[in-house]
Amino acid sequence: MSAIAPKFRFSYFLRSILDNVFWIITLLTLVGIPLAMVLFFYFELPVMNNNLTSPYLMLTTIADPSRQVPLLKSIMHSDFFRITAFPGFGFAALLAAATIFIERKMLAKLQLRVGPFYCGKIEGILQLAGDGLKLISKEIIIPAKADKPIFWAAPVLFVATAAAFVALIPVAGGGWVVADVDVGLLAVFAIIGFFPVITVLSAWSANSKFPFIGGIRALHQMVSFEIPLILSVLGIVILTGSLNLSEIVQSQIHYWWIVFLPIGAIVFFIAMLAELERIPFDLPEAESEIVAGWLTEFSGMMYGLVQLGSYVKLYAFSALFVVLFLGGWNGPMIWPPFPEDIIKNGIVMGPITAHIPGLPLLDQQMINDVVWFVIKTMGVIFMILLPRGVFPRIRIDLLLHIGWYKLIGLCFVNIFIALGLLYAGVLGPGGIL
Amino acid sequence: MTTQLPPGLQLEKVDERIMTLNVGPQHPGSGHMRLIIKVDGDYIVSCDPDPGYVHRGEEKMAEYRNYIVNIPHLERPVIHDSCNVLYPYCLGVEELLGLEVPERAKYLRVIASELNRCVYIQYWLAIYGIFLGHSTMFMWPAGDRELLIDLLEKITGARVTHAYFVPGGIRNDVPANFEEMCLKRVNYFEKRIKEYAAIFYDNPILISRTQGAGVLSREDAIRLGTTGSTLRASGVDFDLRKKEPYDAYGELDVHSNVLKDGDSYARSKIPWLDMLESCNIIRQALQKMPKSGSVRVKLKPNPKGGNDEVYKRVESGRGSLGCYIVSRSQPEPYRLKLSVGSFRNLICMPYLLKGEKLGNMPAVYWSLNYWPVEADR
Repeated sequence: MSAIAPKFRFSYFLRSILDNVFWIITLLTLVGIPLAMVLFFYFELPVMNNNLTSPYLMLTTIADPSRQVPLLKSIMHSDFFRITAFPGFGFAALLAAATIFIERKMLAKLQLRVGPFYCGKIEGILQLAGDGLKLISKEIIIPAKADKPIFWAAPVLFVATAAAFVALIPVAGGGWVVADVDVGLLAVFAIIGFFPVITVLSAWSANSKFPFIGGIRALHQMVSFEIPLILSVLGIVILTGSLNLSEIVQSQIHYWWIVFLPIGAIVFFIAMLAELERIPFDLPEAESEIVAGWLTEFSGMMYGLVQLGSYVKLYAFSALFVVLFLGGWNGPMIWPPFPEDIIKNGIVMGPITAHIPGLPLLDQQMINDVVWFVIKTMGVIFMILLPRGVFPRIRIDLLLHIGWYKLIGLCFVNIFIALGLLYAGVLGPGGIL
Repeated sequence: MTTQLPPGLQLEKVDERIMTLNVGPQHPGSGHMRLIIKVDGDYIVSCDPDPGYVHRGEEKMAEYRNYIVNIPHLERPVIHDSCNVLYPYCLGVEELLGLEVPERAKYLRVIASELNRCVYIQYWLAIYGIFLGHSTMFMWPAGDRELLIDLLEKITGARVTHAYFVPGGIRNDVPANFEEMCLKRVNYFEKRIKEYAAIFYDNPILISRTQGAGVLSREDAIRLGTTGSTLRASGVDFDLRKKEPYDAYGELDVHSNVLKDGDSYARSKIPWLDMLESCNIIRQALQKMPKSGSVRVKLKPNPKGGNDEVYKRVESGRGSLGCYIVSRSQPEPYRLKLSVGSFRNLICMPYLLKGEKLGNMPAVYWSLNYWPVEADR
């Protein structure tokens, strides 16, 4: 492929989109639908509307789409769907993939480059898929002296812990969260506490010098920044009187906590950057000092898993920031209402009329919540990505100095502000606001 | 179990606390060399630089080629600074052969050499940026460098390895509209590099990281024989363009940049100030340059030097770069020796890194303005 970018023409642009659509549809029909049919023959399906959900019923849904509605409903209300697809891992992974794409393009614009350009024809949108394929096809090399079981387990544990973190984040009102725990905030910090352990395990099990130094650095950094991370949200807990994340979001219907506790938000943001190992706090992966830190010995898809885990973690942290400080899903109604007559009379498709009563997809409030949540989360993610183009890496002693002296001090200022607001009767239970 | 060692060898006795790190030659932060670093926790106990991975025998090769054929391969040690590497060689051969360089060629040499200095420093700055984890500072200089590379391509015909200087002048005259083209690009370039201060040199994190890292005092800088930006960052005003003006530098107003701190930050700032100074020099030279005239003295085929020896030095991007040529009335030099700034700056690395934190290693290492290929020759 030539190194010079082709001239932009609108017809080429349209054609490239159509090309992608064509291949997606072709692959879906040739592979996806037969595969689904084969699976339907092997799996027992539940009874719905007094009909056994057999493959034959599945086939009849092609003729009458309204028969799919109860099936879709039951899938969307199942725990499996919540864990894998919508508020859980699938949604997080999708946003993480979008994050990687945005990071590359944004950084490229900042640095006077074009970034990914050819793969997928439209601004390199399929570059991530290409990178994933490359990582899958690569050989996994394990160091000869590594402690193999732990070394194998570390990337999987990393992704699993990140996914467990995602499960606690409420995405929309009406219980759209995988695990609605009453001590949700404590559970979040319990899960965050696993990351340094996994990092040190993987670094130590590789039995190599540079991963070891990287692991020790990660341990120092994560452990010392967990303290300001926890202390900075104490103000919110004092004011809301709850550890449940959904209740914390509901307490911000009228005003966000960032308005009253800006110091806590800033401390939380900085501690979050350090926990995520993003520049300027990417010391555990500082390539000019210690090769790739604790990731040095990972190859192939093991490295891919760690990267996936770290981006899912990035999404989870920014979602937590939104939930705690930016009002979660609260926002004015911007999503247009679904047409009334379609809900009442169904969609007329020639001879057939598809009736779609009560699908969660049509819930205007819920879609609006998700839209606001995604907008806010992407905003926070953007703010996390931006320092990468602006700052160099910080040194470990300066980092620990910031963590132990400055941030913890600011946390106590934040707690005093919260207590002052509480005892002055401004906020909190029975407050004037 | 103890293995029998050959006589005269013994195992190194190292404390349990000390960890030995091989930084290089496959380490992303090393360049074409190896640093054997011993760390105690986060502190460097000792550092042993091990260059020589890219030794190419340029000096020996020069003994088998005549004075003209030597030109293209002698610029190989630092292809990013190829004009300045050839400069002392050309000055030396001119003195051996008794050639008088035309006035216009002298000014064009100054312009080409200053442009090439900027190209080199941009490359160095890009690597310094990425060593400190600042990826924007890697991309910006690497992109702005293209501006001057394109200009040099229009003058010399090659993008990087120019082989532009020849004994007795320069290889070819510049294109017709060279002056306004050069002025336009240099002015834009100057405006652009001034923007680096906002994102890099005034960055609080960079300052907190590099200030006070690897301090080289004035006395140590002189004692260890450092040169170029390393020497000038320690407060010694030594710039060969000013102290021993060669070619047209004597007629130009050259300001040499000196900082007193001697730390990593000062060492990284001097080359950037040098680039701004280069822009001034180019503008002066364009003004004073004769508008026409010959640029090259005609040489006899296979010229022979007398029974003589000569040493010439110039200020290159990395400090003073000397060339010592011994002639024995042959078409080839009897002996040719390059005294390069990189190797002289490498010597102070173990002194600077001892007792530093491991995180300071890239900041100190690359601030020495050291080019591994040039040090090995």
